Amino acid sequence: MSHERTISTYGVVAEFASDKEVLDAAHKAREAGYTIMEAYSPVPVHGLDEALGRKRSRLPWLVFFGGLTGCVGGFFMQYWMSAMDYPWNVGGRPPNSWPAFIPVTFELTILLSAFTAVFGMFGLNGLPRPHHPIFNTPNFDRSTLDHYFLCIEAEDPQFHEEDVTRFLSEMGPEAVNTITDA
Amino acid sequence: MSTEAKRDPDGQLPYVHGHTLGSVSDKIAGVTTLPMKKMPKFWYGGILIGITVLQVLFFAIYKLIVTGTGIWGLNVPVAWGFAIINFVWWIGIGHAGTLISAILFLFRQDWRMSIARFAEAMTLFAVVCAGLFPLLHVGRPWMVYWLFPYPNTMGMWPQFRSPLLWDVFAVSTYATVSIMFWFTGLVPDLATMRAKANALWIKRIYHGMSLGWTGAARHWHRYEIAYLLLAGLSTPLVLSVHSIVSLDFAVSNEPGWHTTIFPPYFVAGAIFAGFAMVLTFMIPVRAIYGMKDLLTERHLNNMCKVMLFSGLIVAYGYSMELFFGWYSASPFERFMVLNRLEGPLDWSYWALILCNVAVPQFLWSYKVRTNPLLVFIICQFISVGMWLERFVIVIISLHRDFLDSSWDMYAGTRWDWAMYIGTMGLFLTLVFIFIRTLPILAIFEMRELVHKSEHHDDEH
Repeated sequence: MSHERTISTYGVVAEFASDKEVLDAAHKAREAGYTIMEAYSPVPVHGLDEALGRKRSRLPWLVFFGGLTGCVGGFFMQYWMSAMDYPWNVGGRPPNSWPAFIPVTFELTILLSAFTAVFGMFGLNGLPRPHHPIFNTPNFDRSTLDHYFLCIEAEDPQFHEEDVTRFLSEMGPEAVNTITDA
Repeated sequence: MSTEAKRDPDGQLPYVHGHTLGSVSDKIAGVTTLPMKKMPKFWYGGILIGITVLQVLFFAIYKLIVTGTGIWGLNVPVAWGFAIINFVWWIGIGHAGTLISAILFLFRQDWRMSIARFAEAMTLFAVVCAGLFPLLHVGRPWMVYWLFPYPNTMGMWPQFRSPLLWDVFAVSTYATVSIMFWFTGLVPDLATMRAKANALWIKRIYHGMSLGWTGAARHWHRYEIAYLLLAGLSTPLVLSVHSIVSLDFAVSNEPGWHTTIFPPYFVAGAIFAGFAMVLTFMIPVRAIYGMKDLLTERHLNNMCKVMLFSGLIVAYGYSMELFFGWYSASPFERFMVLNRLEGPLDWSYWALILCNVAVPQFLWSYKVRTNPLLVFIICQFISVGMWLERFVIVIISLHRDFLDSSWDMYAGTRWDWAMYIGTMGLFLTLVFIFIRTLPILAIFEMRELVHKSEHHDDEH
């Protein structure tokens, strides 16, 4: 081996049995000054994102511009093909018979918006991602069933493993574990 | 809704009974993780029939490709026969899935959560079946890419003024967006299946399909935005698709087709037929997999109400067709109406009225709406009726139009029937593979439903 891979701590994870506990823990962690953390839940928990100090996603804007591209691009594609590149008289209609171009324009608007919504969402989420250190958490399978997890990550400037473990243990979790990134 | 609310003195949302976050996940995922040997006979029977009938489709397609569309009963004047009838029938069935997943989502109808996944899957399978017909009707399916605007050596572009081309864009967009919507909804559930799977290789497959979903709060945040946007986009899309399908007819000047009522009346018909098909599968599934606590009688009741309402719009459409036949003062339109009522194919019109107008009136009764067997039987009438509706529209208008010298009779050949019945085999096969491999109810949404009801209890 030319280089050795070092295994380092990814963070400390607390496991909670209810959404109220994890929400409460997230609020307290933020008050205590932690900034780099993430919560994992089986259902979307409202307010959790705000508790973790996140801003609104820019996804809606991306979708808007995706849709705009579909709309403008779709119309001008038809305009260019029917009125500029190969004008052809069909039943006496003008080359730019714009009312007839609306259905395709509409469909392409929807298509590109939907593409942006789906690929934008997965892209911004960094998915697909085959492995994530959080999967090293014991019992993490329950994050997709009925348990809630809060991870304070090692990248946090205030991170000290013992302090964070003690801090999270006070929140009444089911378990607290330190996980590595390998 | 006060009558139903009384049935739940414990204050839980009545659409899900006695479940916790864990038990609801277990129950739904349990259907998929069941060992092959323990799958119910219903499943084995269903997939066996599906695969058997699917062979008929394969053979019909083979015969069609080696011989040509001449094996169908198509000829002038009826150049649009079973292919178009079946295409419209299937695509209409698909619309219920999008309606349930998108429109009811926007209206915050929580009861949709139990049926949405199943209905969305049906949408996809119905669109697959629908797409086969125009694909094969073009005669040379290997040249179907000619439909799309692509740079070619002839320097030509498609005819953007034609509703048939609008249809190409509408149906392909609809298929694409439906797949994306369905898949997006599945991702958190695939992560649940990963946790539930017994064998490592199955876990890996589900993990791969879930794209490595972790359930991180920031992911959920974007996920919910994307899901809401997709619902908002799918709503006008689904309305546009059947409207555009109806424009295939309405933009022509054929008697009986050239009417402005077609788009809304086609959309209502699509919802009508689609709900009937969802119920056709939901009723046996809830009985056999013991899901009466998740697919309650209240669901049946609600869905029947939607069917009754859309059925009444369809009935209004029929009456308007008769009225405008007379009011148009066009002899051809008037003749078309008379030809429907007492022409050589009048049986199809009266059978249509029986199936789509008379029989659904039983749904006014609460007792009928909550009786699974009766609802199932009514749904079969509606499915047949909606096929007859397209038969009446396509065949009766075409076989006797303007020029008496070109009148002719039409009947589907054995290959027409083989294709039609064959697509049912394809549909059944896909549905039963789906039941086996993917969660048939949206697990994470059901968890949300339980989550809400837990908070309602205020015990936690």
